[in-house]
Amino acid sequence: MNLTLKIWRQTDANDKGKMVDYKVTEISEHMSFLEMMDVLNEQLINKGVEPIAFDHDCREGICGMCSMYINGEAHGPDRGVTTCQLHMRMFKDGDTITIEPFRAKAFPVIKDLVVDRSAFDRIQHAGGYISVNTSGNTQDANATLISKHAADEAMDAATCIGCGACVASCKNASAMLFVGAKVSQYALLPQGQVEAVDRVKNMVAQMDLEGFGNCTNTGACEVECPKGISLENIARMNREFLSANVKG
Amino acid sequence: MSVLDSKVPKGPLKTKWTDYKNHIDLVNPANKRNIDVIVVGTGLAGGSAAATLAELGYNVKTFCYQDSPRRAHSIAAQGGINAAKNYQGDGDSTYRLFYDTVKGGDYRSREANVYRLAEVSANIIDQCVAQGVPFARDYGGLLDNRSFGGVLVSRTFYAKGQTGQQLLLGAYSAMNRQIARGKITPFNRHEMLDVVKVDGKARGIIARDLVTGEIERHSAHAVVIASGGYGNVYFLSTNAMGSNATAAWKIHKKGAFFANPCYTQIHPTCIPRSGDYQSKLTLMSESLRNDGRIWVPKNMDDVMAIREGKKKPTDLSEDERDYYLERRYPAFGNLVPRDVASRAAKERCDAGYGVNATGEAVYLDFAAAIKRYGIEQAKIHNITNASADKLYELGAAIVKAKYGNLFQMYEKIVDQDPYKTPMMIYPAVHYTMGGVWVDYNLMTTIPGCYAIGEANFSDHGANRLGASALMQGLADGYFVLPYTIGDYLSHDIRTGKIPTDTPEFDAAEKEVTDRINFFINNKGEHSVDYYHKKLGKIMWDECGMSRNAEGLKKAIEEISALRKDFWKNVNVPGTTTEYNEQLAKAGRVADFLELGELFAKDALVREESAGGHFREEHQTEDGEAKRLKEFQFVSAWEYKGEPKDAVLHKEELVYENIEVKERSYK
Amino acid sequence: MSGFFKSSIGRKYAMALSAFFLMFFLLQHFAINILSVISPDAFNEASHFMGTFWAVQYVLQPVLIFGVIYHFVMGFILEAKNRSARVKTYAKNNGAANSSWMSRNMIYSGLAILAFLVLHFIDFWIPEINTKFIDGDMTGLLPNGEGFRYYEELAHKFENPLRVGAYVIAFIFLSLHLMHGFSSAFQSAGASSMRKEKLQLFAKVYSIAIPLGFIFIALFHHFNH
Repeated sequence: MNLTLKIWRQTDANDKGKMVDYKVTEISEHMSFLEMMDVLNEQLINKGVEPIAFDHDCREGICGMCSMYINGEAHGPDRGVTTCQLHMRMFKDGDTITIEPFRAKAFPVIKDLVVDRSAFDRIQHAGGYISVNTSGNTQDANATLISKHAADEAMDAATCIGCGACVASCKNASAMLFVGAKVSQYALLPQGQVEAVDRVKNMVAQMDLEGFGNCTNTGACEVECPKGISLENIARMNREFLSANVKG
Repeated sequence: MSVLDSKVPKGPLKTKWTDYKNHIDLVNPANKRNIDVIVVGTGLAGGSAAATLAELGYNVKTFCYQDSPRRAHSIAAQGGINAAKNYQGDGDSTYRLFYDTVKGGDYRSREANVYRLAEVSANIIDQCVAQGVPFARDYGGLLDNRSFGGVLVSRTFYAKGQTGQQLLLGAYSAMNRQIARGKITPFNRHEMLDVVKVDGKARGIIARDLVTGEIERHSAHAVVIASGGYGNVYFLSTNAMGSNATAAWKIHKKGAFFANPCYTQIHPTCIPRSGDYQSKLTLMSESLRNDGRIWVPKNMDDVMAIREGKKKPTDLSEDERDYYLERRYPAFGNLVPRDVASRAAKERCDAGYGVNATGEAVYLDFAAAIKRYGIEQAKIHNITNASADKLYELGAAIVKAKYGNLFQMYEKIVDQDPYKTPMMIYPAVHYTMGGVWVDYNLMTTIPGCYAIGEANFSDHGANRLGASALMQGLADGYFVLPYTIGDYLSHDIRTGKIPTDTPEFDAAEKEVTDRINFFINNKGEHSVDYYHKKLGKIMWDECGMSRNAEGLKKAIEEISALRKDFWKNVNVPGTTTEYNEQLAKAGRVADFLELGELFAKDALVREESAGGHFREEHQTEDGEAKRLKEFQFVSAWEYKGEPKDAVLHKEELVYENIEVKERSYK
Repeated sequence: MSGFFKSSIGRKYAMALSAFFLMFFLLQHFAINILSVISPDAFNEASHFMGTFWAVQYVLQPVLIFGVIYHFVMGFILEAKNRSARVKTYAKNNGAANSSWMSRNMIYSGLAILAFLVLHFIDFWIPEINTKFIDGDMTGLLPNGEGFRYYEELAHKFENPLRVGAYVIAFIFLSLHLMHGFSSAFQSAGASSMRKEKLQLFAKVYSIAIPLGFIFIALFHHFNH
C-alpha cells in the first residue's frame, strides 16, 4: 500500500519543530509500524536526508521504549499493543497517518519523535522499591504465604512497561496510572507494607514535582495502555495516599 | 600449561564456593566508600550487580544505551527462572540442577562455575520475593513451578509470561533505592566505546552521551561488563534492536580473550519470518512446549495442500500428523533441549515438510492441551455431560491464564487465532553462550575488568537450558561478583581516585573520536543497515543451525570482504553532536563485522558437534550431534589485529563430579 | 495531614468531597421542588422552613455557598494546572477513541452550570435575600397576606419561555456534568472496583433522573399556568 505520513520533525530540544509530509510506497500489510518507519528512513538516508529519530528497542512490546502518537492515539489505533506491535494491516492504502511524539511538559522532546521520560525514573527513585539488601540469607521464599488473588493482582499492576502512553493520552498529561500501578504492586503484597506510608507519599510528591497534570478520571489512560493496567490502580493509590496521610 | 588460569579453588565441589568465600580478602566499609566501580549494561546481571555493589558501599556508575535501566533486554525473557528449591518434591537438588546444566550444555562448561550457579539459585528466588517480585502462586499461597526443556523436574519459577520483566524490575527497584541514596549514578542513553587501561589494569571507560554526542571519560577501580550477548551479529534475532557486542568487543581488543564465539543458541519456538523487510524475530516462550505439541504433516500431499490453502491444519487427523519430537525423543518428547528441538525442526523443513509459503515453519498445537484441561476443569467443577464446546471453553480459559499474553502477541503479529488453529513456529537466533572469557572470579584476562551475565561465556557450555539465563544473570550480579570483586579491590584501598587527565585516557578518547569522525565524514553510498543485513545473511547461511568447513571458509572470506567495503563505503548521515542513531549503529556494526569473522573461524576450528554448534561432518547415524573428546576445551581467542590473526588459547575442561556421557534425550 | 490538600491526590479528594456535598444538596433541592408539582401547600411549608430555620440559613447556607465556590475555584485551578502540563498540544488528537465527551469537557459543562447559577441567583436567591433581610419580611407570606408566597413566585418565574429554555439547557449540561462527575468522584475517593459497577449504575440513574426531574418541573409550571 501507499501512504502519506505527516511526521513531527524537531532537531533538538530547543528547536520549534514542525510537521513534515512524506510518502512511502509498497508497504506490506504484514509489516509492523516500525518496519514501515525503517523503510522510510532507509529512503531518507539514501536521499541524503536525516532519518527520523524514534525510540524503539525490543520490538516485541515489552521494553516500553517505543512511543509515538499515531493518528491521535498513543501507540496508534490498535488496542493492547505498543507501536512496535502495531501492524500495517490496521491501515488502508492511501491513508494519511499523523505521527507525533508523546507530548507532556514532563516529557520534553529530545529529537523528532524521541522524548525524555526520565521523570518516570525519578518517581521510582522516590520510593519504587522495597528496602532489602542482597544478603543471600533472606527468609525462604515460601515462608510468607501470599494468596493467589493478591499475587495475581500485584502481577497485573506490575506488568506496566513504563512507556508513558498513559501520560500521552491523558488530556491533563497525568501520570497517575503509572504511579498507581507501582504503588499498587507493593500495596498488594505483604513485603510492601512496612514502607507503605512513606512510599506513596514520596512517589506522589515526586510525581507532582515533575509537572504532570492531575487525574480527572477520563479513563483514556486505561484504554490506551498497551498492557491494560486498570484504573482500579489509581483508586487504590488514592486510598493508600489518604490512609498514609491519616497515619501521618 | 595454558596462559589461562581459571582460578578454580581447590577442594570438593560441594564446598568450593563456601570455602572460597570464607578465605577471600574483603574491603572494610570505610574503604569501600573510596572505591569506584563502573557497570556497563543494566540488565539482570548489570542491574543486580550495580545494586548489590552499591549496597556494600562502593560508588557505582551504571551505563546503558536505553533511556532507562528498566528497558534492558532481559525484560523480554518470558518463561521463567530455574532454582533448585525442590518445592514440588519431585527429586530436585543442587546436584541435579548442576547435572542438568552441564549435560544440557553438552559438557562444554566449567564444572565449578555451574555448581556454584546451582548452589546460589535458591537464594535468587528468596531475594526476588523479598523485593516484591510477584511470582505466580498456587491457591495455597505457595510459589508455583513449571517445566522447561531438557529436565525431568519442575523447577522453573515464573511470573506469567513476563518473568524477565518482573525480575528486571526487581533489580531496577534495587538500583533505584541506591540511586536515591546517591550510591549509584546512572548514565542512561550512554554507550561505552572503549575501556581504558592504566598499568595493565582496567581503570575506566570512554562513553558517548547518545543525546548530545559528547564524549566522556569515566574512571573507576574496576570495570564490569554486563552488556549481554552478540546475537544481533545475525541481523535478525530475538534480541532488541539496540543489543550489541561493542562493550565486549572493545575489551576483547584491549586484551580480554573471547571464548567460544561459535556457541549460539537458535531457539526453536519463534514466529517464522514473513518477508525481507523484517527487522527482528519474536520469540514464543519455551514454556509453551509444556502444553503445545509440535508437528508437521506426515504426507507431502497434505503439506502442499496446506501451503496452497486448500487444507487447514485442523483438517488433518491424528494419524496424518508427524509429532516428530515425540517420535524421535520419547523420553523428553516436546521438552527436549533447544538445540535438539531446533535441529529437528530444520531437519523436517529441509526434508520439505515446512508448513508455510517459505517452507520454514512447523506447527505448535494446543488442541490436545485445551481438551485435556477442559476435561480436568469439568471434573473440578462437577460438570457432567459437558458439551465439546463447553469443554473447549473451560480448557481454553486455563490455557489463556497460563499463556494469554503470548497468544495475544502471536495473534497481533500473525493475525491468526492460536486458540483455534495451531501456531506456526521456526527457530531463530536467541542467545549466545559464547562470550568474554572469565575465570572463577568472573574476571577477564584484563585485571580489574569483569564480565557477567550473557556477556561472559562461563556457565552454559555449548547450549543453554531454558530459564537458565535469568538464573545466571542474577547469580552473577547478586551473589557472585560482589564477593569476588572484593578480593581484587582489596588491593586498591590506597589507590585513591583515578585521574582522567592522563595519557591513557587521552589516547583512548582520541581513538574513539577518530572513529566517530571517520563515520560522519566518510559519505559513502550504503547505509549501515545495508551492511548489517548482508552480514546477517552470511552468518545465517553459513554459521546457522548447521555448519560445514566449506561454508565457514566461505563465510570468513565474505565477511572479511564485506568489512573492507564497509570501511570504504558506509554512509552515516547527520553530525557527531546530536542524537544520531545511525552513528551509534555504525560503530556497533563495525564491531559485529569483526566478531562475525572470529565466530566463523571458531566454528571452523571446532571440528566436532556440541550443543548449538552442529558441524555436518560430525553427526551420528541418526543425525545427532557427535561430540569429540579431543575438543573438551574452551576456545579462548586473543586479539591480534585482524580476526584471522587471532590466537587460540585452550582451557581444558575437567569433569570430576559428573560422568561425560553421550547426551541423549531419547 | 499537612500538605495533603496541596498534593494532586489531595485536591482530587477535595473536588470529590465538595462534589458529594453538592450532589446531596441537589437531591434535597429536587425533593423540595418536586413537591411543587404534587402539592403546592407542602412545597410552601418546606420552602418556608428552609428559608427561615436558623440552622439552614446561618449554617448550611454558608457551607453550601462555600462548597459551590470551592468546587468552581478548585475546578478552574486544576484546569489551568492540567493545561500547563502539556505546553505543546497535538496536531491530531482522537480523544473520542478513549474517553467520553463528558469526561473531557467538564470545564465547559461546569461553566454552563456556573452561568446558570448566576441566572438562578438573580431569579430566586437575590429577591429572596432582598425580601428577608433588606425589607425585613420574614413571614414568607404574599403581599396580600393570603398564604405563603413561595409557590406563586415559582409559578410566576416559569411563565417566560426564554427562561424555561435556559433552564432546560442548563439542566442538560448539569446532566452531562454529573454523568462523568458522579462516578469520577467515587473513583477519586478510592472506591474499589467491586462496588464500582453498582455505583456506575446508580451514578447513571442519578445523573439522568435528577436533571430530567428539574426539567419536568420547569416545563410543568410553564405549561400549567
